[in-house]
Amino acid sequence: MAKAKLTFDTEKCKGCELCVTFCPKKILVLDSETNSKGYYPVKVTNIDECIACGTCAIMCPDSIITVEKE
Amino acid sequence: MAVVYKKSIALTDTPLSFCPGCTHGIIHKLVAENLVELGVYDRAVGVAPVGCAALSDHFFSCDMYVAAHGRAPAVATGQKRVHPDNFVFTYQGDGDLASIGTAEVVHAAHRGEKISTVFVNNAIYGMTGGQMAPTTLVGQKASTAPYGRSEEHCGKPIRIAEMIATIEGAKFVERVSVDTPANVRKAKKAIRRAFECQIQGKGYALVEVLSTCPTNWGFTPAGAMKWLQENMIPYYPLGNFKDFE
Ligand SMILES: Cc1ncc(C[n+]2csc(CCOP(=O)(O)OP(=O)(O)O)c2C)c(N)n1
Ligand code: SF4
Repeated sequence: MAKAKLTFDTEKCKGCELCVTFCPKKILVLDSETNSKGYYPVKVTNIDECIACGTCAIMCPDSIITVEKE
Repeated sequence: MAVVYKKSIALTDTPLSFCPGCTHGIIHKLVAENLVELGVYDRAVGVAPVGCAALSDHFFSCDMYVAAHGRAPAVATGQKRVHPDNFVFTYQGDGDLASIGTAEVVHAAHRGEKISTVFVNNAIYGMTGGQMAPTTLVGQKASTAPYGRSEEHCGKPIRIAEMIATIEGAKFVERVSVDTPANVRKAKKAIRRAFECQIQGKGYALVEVLSTCPTNWGFTPAGAMKWLQENMIPYYPLGNFKDFE
């Protein structure tokens, strides 16, 4: 069971990849489907590896990421 | 589950108008989080500049003005003097503060106005299409300097934090950057201290934040972070220039 939970407001994601760049576990990627604005939003590949450090959320200029942990 | 990070209540639900990966958005978060954490959100009044942050009144959920170009410190002065109980901050770019508005910021600091300024230095005029700013680095290309800024023609870039720190009425001055998670945390602390300077009635405070403009610099957002590290930080050293007791 994953100990962390990531929630993305994908409609507001601009696909800038700062979260992808700074995630220490390298578990974030851009989706292959666009949102309604035409951006490829972020998604998580393996939530079991997430350590809920919050780095992705801290670096997200659009504040679209909510991080929770057990 | 316990929340580790969620969007600050001092930000609205309106999507930010900044370009993808522009660090204006990160700096907005740091301002918003500090307003709430210091307990001044309910009496906060911000003054937005002219520049990409001119729409900040849509993004901060506290009361906001949008001042004429460079005049945010003058508007903030009026608000603070009439309503000394308000917490008053300006949020200004380098085209706004270091160019057309230099007189305003110098004299607000000189008068020791009890306001706080978040100065976003991205070494360019973002909103109008990447023209050279007083902060543009020597050799850096801009739409009005296609071969790069020439020192012979334009002089060297202006260092605002160092200059403001020489003014007696300025009680807190620091330069920070938002290029890495560690630096973002340090930037948040500096903005906190600048806000405390006003809350404790000490005087004027300014935090210069080195920021990216991926669009006009012509880099990816991550590439712009690297360019900032390699080019801006050596010329604009990070650190505290003035602190209060
Ligand atoms: C009186 C006046 N002069 C010029 C302009 C054009 N103008 C709009 S934004 C801007 C510069 C903004 O640059 P900066 O403050 O660095 O903010 P950024 O957009 O990079 O965040 C200028 C010159 C204006 N709006 N008003
Ligand atoms: S033009 Fe530059 S400063 Fe303005 S929002 Fe875009 S990236 Fe940010």
